[in-house]
Amino acid sequence: MKNFDVVVIGGGPAGLAAALSARKKGASVAVLERDDKLGGILNQCIHSGFGLHYFGEELTGPEYAKRFRDAVLQDSGISVFLETMVLSLSKDKIICALSPAEGLLEIQAKAVVLAMGCRERSAGAIALAGERPAGIYTAGAAQRLCNIDGCLVGKEVVILGSGDIGLIMARRMTSEGAKVKLVMEIMPFSSGLKRNIVQCLNDFDIPLRYSTTVTRAEGKDRLTGVYIAPVDEKLAPILEKEEFIPCDTLLLSVGLIPENDLVSDMIELSPITKGAVVDERRETSLEGVFSAGNVLHVHDLVDNVSEEAAIAGESAALYALGKLPRGEKYAVTPSRGVRYALPQRIQAGEGKVRVYFRVDQVYRGKTVAVASGGEIVKRKKTAVMAPGEMQYIEIDKTALTGDVSIYLEEV
Amino acid sequence: MNTVCIMCPIGCALSVTEESGKIVVTGNSCLRGQKYGESEFVCPKRVVTTLIKGEKGGVVSVKTAEPVEKKLVKEVLKEAAAFRLSSSVRAGEIVLENVAGSGVALVATADYDAK
Ligand SMILES: Cc1cc2nc3c(=O)[nH]c(=O)nc-3n(C[C@H](O)[C@H](O)[C@H](O)COP(=O)(O)OP(=O)(O)OC[C@H]3O[C@@H](n4cnc5c(N)ncnc54)[C@H](O)[C@@H]3O)c2cc1C
Ligand code: SF4
Repeated sequence: MKNFDVVVIGGGPAGLAAALSARKKGASVAVLERDDKLGGILNQCIHSGFGLHYFGEELTGPEYAKRFRDAVLQDSGISVFLETMVLSLSKDKIICALSPAEGLLEIQAKAVVLAMGCRERSAGAIALAGERPAGIYTAGAAQRLCNIDGCLVGKEVVILGSGDIGLIMARRMTSEGAKVKLVMEIMPFSSGLKRNIVQCLNDFDIPLRYSTTVTRAEGKDRLTGVYIAPVDEKLAPILEKEEFIPCDTLLLSVGLIPENDLVSDMIELSPITKGAVVDERRETSLEGVFSAGNVLHVHDLVDNVSEEAAIAGESAALYALGKLPRGEKYAVTPSRGVRYALPQRIQAGEGKVRVYFRVDQVYRGKTVAVASGGEIVKRKKTAVMAPGEMQYIEIDKTALTGDVSIYLEEV
Repeated sequence: MNTVCIMCPIGCALSVTEESGKIVVTGNSCLRGQKYGESEFVCPKRVVTTLIKGEKGGVVSVKTAEPVEKKLVKEVLKEAAAFRLSSSVRAGEIVLENVAGSGVALVATADYDAK
């Protein structure tokens, strides 16, 4: 059995940032990654727009990943295990993994950082009616085939979902010579960034229809088209208005789910984020197990992932070295207009904490308030907030006197 | 010309016109929107990212070293699609100079090992 202070499961941007910050605190670190390369999903995101906050310059996904990968590979205190699939994690932090090089690998960790990322919701997960012909892909799978394997998945494309991955793929497929006929969004607004709507759709005259969904897929071996229909206020399709759009490819960009199968029976998960419930150090309900990145909650900016993972890595190292302080914890609860807030617990003490949150719809000119022990401790005016853009508010721990709630005033 | 300001999440709907030699932006709520509207009207630019194929298989991701004029984007994509890489490159190295006559180079954003 091998021994490390901190074992990081997943070698995406979250795992790499966690490993580096754990090293800074003097811990011995191992990173376990099932792919043959570090960098996670960033390796397939060849477009630019990463790192504006973290590095102050605009990088592509592979470039952003490379900065962290190079730093990790140069650090002799970090052992990297590639093509290593973690199969299980026990309560006493024994990790079982499988790799072609090592066979069955057993590792005893003092602290663990979960950084497994998320997976996409598939056709099964959204109960798409009709046939199951070839030509239906999740946007991320199409992105991987296109950008890593150099293989274009279709010629006439319809995209369901206007999240960023769907928008980016609309431009990508067009650039490769495919015709993207339509992007549809079931909600009356897009969860994607404005910038992507302008530069991925408008620049290429690709239409976007709101409050519209796919009702059926048609085709025997290969997709020949999809039926689409507008939806009512309850998001139910209005079938009288159904129309047929011929296409050979349907891309689904309908949401991401944190990949917590390894730990779902061991740690407390939030029914809203589907990730772990954590305190501000990103420690889960199981002592010494930390979580960061998309496995904790779905992020829109990788910059935030790196920031969060640095906190988790540092805390894991302190825990492994017996230096992580323990104390009373206050619960953080979202209400009125706030869909979720993270961390869900804050330990009493000193220092500043950023509470990240998402709102439940688009709000203009609202004030965010944080209350503790019945008194307001922080207020922040905002111009516009949308569910697709994660917000944060910074609070001073010394101001806290009891459980914390976060909400929008006058909602 | 109608467009949407992308400089902040508010996303004001902009309308840009030319009136007796002067560019007029309306719909913006702040100066940043004014500037964005002007540049989109006069000479919109984009960073182009795409893939280059290797002569003997494989692909490498590339980007234009600087933003290029939007009207050249299609040409850049066409030239990139026709080009075949014959040697190995490291991330950051130039793959193709002066792509589509834009004066800007295509640089690799990842490593590529020619087989
Ligand atoms: C398809 C897709 C496209 C995206 N495109 C963009 C984009 O264009 N712009 C943007 O800002 N964000 C994008 N995102 C969001 C992006 O995922 C995050 O910004 C960031 O990559 C999350 O980092 P992470 O390290 O948490 O997860 P990931 O990058 O997903 O890394 C997780 C890593 O863990 C590994 N892993 C998982 N389970 C195991 C296991 N059991 N054993 C070993 N290894 C394991 C995986 O192989 C992977 O390498 C995209 C997400 C997806 C899913
Ligand atoms: S004009 Fe100003 S307020 Fe409006 S979207 Fe642009 S930057 Fe934001």
